[in-house]
Amino acid sequence: MAKIEIKNLDLWYGDFQALKNINLALEEKRIIAVIGPSGCGKSTLLRVFNRMNDLVEGIKIKGQFVIDGENILDQRTNLVTLRKKVGMVFQRPNPFPLSIYDNLVFGLKVHGIKRDLDPFVEKSLKAVFLWDELKDRLNRSAFSLTLEQRQRLCIARLIAVKPDILLMDEPCSALDPQSTTGIEDLMRELKKNFTIIIVTHNMQQAARVSDETGFMLLGELVEFNKTEVIFTKPQDSRTEGYITGRYG
Amino acid sequence: MTSLQRQKIAFALLFLANLLVIVPVGLIVFIIIQKGWPAMTWQFITDIPRQGMRAGGIFPAIVGTIYLVSGAIVFALPVGLLAAIYLSEYAKDNLLTRIIKLAIVNLAGVPSVVYGLFGLVLFVSFCKFGASILSGSLTLGIMILPIIITASREALESVPHVFREVSLSLGASKWQTIRHIVLPNAIPGIITGTILGIGRAAGETAPILFTVAAFYLPRLPSSVFDQVMALPYHLYVISTQVPNVDPKITYGTALVLLILVLFVNLIAIIIRARFRKKKKW
Repeated sequence: MAKIEIKNLDLWYGDFQALKNINLALEEKRIIAVIGPSGCGKSTLLRVFNRMNDLVEGIKIKGQFVIDGENILDQRTNLVTLRKKVGMVFQRPNPFPLSIYDNLVFGLKVHGIKRDLDPFVEKSLKAVFLWDELKDRLNRSAFSLTLEQRQRLCIARLIAVKPDILLMDEPCSALDPQSTTGIEDLMRELKKNFTIIIVTHNMQQAARVSDETGFMLLGELVEFNKTEVIFTKPQDSRTEGYITGRYG
Repeated sequence: MTSLQRQKIAFALLFLANLLVIVPVGLIVFIIIQKGWPAMTWQFITDIPRQGMRAGGIFPAIVGTIYLVSGAIVFALPVGLLAAIYLSEYAKDNLLTRIIKLAIVNLAGVPSVVYGLFGLVLFVSFCKFGASILSGSLTLGIMILPIIITASREALESVPHVFREVSLSLGASKWQTIRHIVLPNAIPGIITGTILGIGRAAGETAPILFTVAAFYLPRLPSSVFDQVMALPYHLYVISTQVPNVDPKITYGTALVLLILVLFVNLIAIIIRARFRKKKKW
């Protein structure tokens, strides 16, 4: 059975339908990219995975969204458990204005783990390859780090609470090309243990890192396939138009 | 006229406006220090008023003002902060909420004598606290509540939205997010509101006139149900009600009030600076 199954998903902001009848099945431990022009609904789709859209007033969602056999759109879904399992990396690296250490243990503390935090810190920093650089200055402010280090720290902050799905909303759009390469390498490493869903503007990035790619346009999922198929033999003329740069 | 000349004129006008604000304040402080400084003796600060308040010190009034301001803050800060958290984080943005927010801002502009009468009716008479520290503190507290709520609300709302999103996305509850992320980053702004509140509470005469202030009471209060002397009221009394007071005593009293407020604010400013150092984004 697929890790994530989306069936007939519709989403409205007031009268505006932002997602139209999305159907998708995703396997675990892959990188799945969602591409499409601005306003196509890709970020909205990403924010259904951890129900972050709940913060928006006047939102209405229909359909099924099943993760590990549970429909997360169910009223009874425990958002704390869901968000622990489905972590999110945002567009801009956004550590809290706290020390590196406190950033890393924040998630643990809110989930009630208050003692013996050091091993968690070490493990999550090692997972993002920052441990050697930062182990001697864990008490420095997270704002003393470079942008790439901050983004890695944000990923480490997530990993500390042991999610199994990582959502990434344009995680490299604030970074320079070299840092982008660094984060992409990290994503390939993380794929061994996590299912990663990345939303990106950058088609080359999707082509470089992802196993499967979905193309969205005006709230519809136009096409979903293996990444190399999407970029070499797209089935839909709209996908072809977008990846060859005719619009977008 | 070229745009450069126009710019110069605009700058000159802006500078003049600033000068217009700074000069009177500077003059007031200068005159108070110049005329009040000779009165500044150890006896003036620690003794009770003597010879019909024409000699001696103002110790009971200093203590009274400290009590009243502390009482007002102890009451207004927690209530105001909780109200601000509710308004900015929990209340839905609808017509009622907007009316309430507008009303709170307007309350900050209500003349203080109105608060004094309100305190007289509610605390002194209805609650039967009598003219007492309790009534006076509560009246001052209610008077500074709008200042504290408005400043705290602005501080809470200026914490970047993305921090809340990140916190929620890590599985924190709304309250955990407020408690651990929003509130610590809003503290400098909340302290600013408190500073303004302290200044106002320490300096107002009208709210304490009917609710607590004693004309002449040369001993220290023994409970919150006692009356006290207070600096602003004492200043009013010796400058209008008692004939032949040496001006140096009047100005000395004003100077003490000024220093007291400055001192309390200084403590608050130091606390604020320490919090601000940690906050950067």
